[in-house]
Amino acid sequence: MNSVTFNSVVRFVVLVLLQGLVLNHVNFLGYINPYPYILFIALFPINNNRTLFVFLAFLLGLCVDFLTDTGGMHAAACVTIAYIRPPILKFSFGTIYDNQTIKFNQIELGSRMVYFSIIVTIHHLILFSLEVFNTSNIILILKKTLFSSIFTILLCTLLSILFSPKRK
Amino acid sequence: MQQIINFVIRNKTFLLFLLLFGLSVFFTIDSHSYHKSKFVNSANFFTGGIYETKNGFGQYLNLREENHALIEENRKLRTIVFNLDLDTLRVSKVDSTLLGDHYLFTSADVFKNSYNLTNNYLTINKGKKDNIKQDFGVITSKGIVGIVENTSNNYATVLSVLSKKNRINAQLKKTSHIGSLVWNGKSEEFVQLIDISKFAPVAVGDTIMTGGQSAIFPKGILIGKIEDFSLDIGGDTYTINIRLFNDMTNIGHVYIIENLNAGEIKSLENESNE
Repeated sequence: MNSVTFNSVVRFVVLVLLQGLVLNHVNFLGYINPYPYILFIALFPINNNRTLFVFLAFLLGLCVDFLTDTGGMHAAACVTIAYIRPPILKFSFGTIYDNQTIKFNQIELGSRMVYFSIIVTIHHLILFSLEVFNTSNIILILKKTLFSSIFTILLCTLLSILFSPKRK
Repeated sequence: MQQIINFVIRNKTFLLFLLLFGLSVFFTIDSHSYHKSKFVNSANFFTGGIYETKNGFGQYLNLREENHALIEENRKLRTIVFNLDLDTLRVSKVDSTLLGDHYLFTSADVFKNSYNLTNNYLTINKGKKDNIKQDFGVITSKGIVGIVENTSNNYATVLSVLSKKNRINAQLKKTSHIGSLVWNGKSEEFVQLIDISKFAPVAVGDTIMTGGQSAIFPKGILIGKIEDFSLDIGGDTYTINIRLFNDMTNIGHVYIIENLNAGEIKSLENESNE
């Protein structure tokens, strides 16, 4: 097991546990919860097997679903962002992505936040649409998406700064 | 044939995505329909074990509140016992089948509780081994909590009253006008009582309790107080906003109620329906 695989496995377990045991119980202002476990999907090594990546995203979502009793909502949202990640990467990082030499800890903060924002917003929109599951409550879906997204983006950025190796 | 195989290989990521997305949407729809979320729930030994470990760390932190709740409950029970105008001689003559034997209570600890979703669940530490089955009622000393939905050997998930799937039979304490308890998903402090007849004397501050019409809860389990009410659009029934007695955000110990006559009631109802 090389260090990249090991890193991913540890990240997977830690993020799922962190989500299930701590962050699902934040309930800021009654209903706002952050979901930074999708950092696993956002920071997954890029030049890897895409099929495996989509499958891992599904597993990640399903684990969180088991912990929160939410059917398959997290799984659906995770699979989607995993599948559409390449265009998002291209949009946020431009030419660096084309050269396939991307290293997340070398990217400047601004474009990293743009990248997180897009992924998080899409994920939350799908998640809350499936959770509310009622077109007459679109306002509620949008409200939940907006506030939770802000929270998640902030946490994702902070976590990725905290745990990235020192830049030289 | 070769082309089909080539197509599958070329688009394997997309096909896998479609498959997994379809699967998760299926799970989601399954979890939105009443009493059918059988695939993904936290009543399995793995997530149950995780929550049990977590509860082991956390349960000492709110012992003080738990003690207060127990003292308050004891006080209430003592008040009832000492004010009952019973002499023991008369009780001993009453046919014992009329007393007590209809409902069996089991206590349980809550491992996990949520109140910010559309359908909220609690995970408790009693399961099939303790004879807990689907459709048992769950209450605290203050009032109603929910209904058991899935069970594993050691754990069970409870569909909370804060859920759009539940319709619990409830009534006014003063009169016997009945209605259904639902939740609009907006606030964890309030649930709604619908289908109360417009002839009912509804007043702000009145108590709402469970009605005896379901085989799940006994009659008279407290639910909450009327906060406000309005006639619905048709003008025939009231929609009542109820402030729950239970603080759904803070539930530690619960009681599970088994109605020993549930099977008999159900089979009788099925016979009459045929």
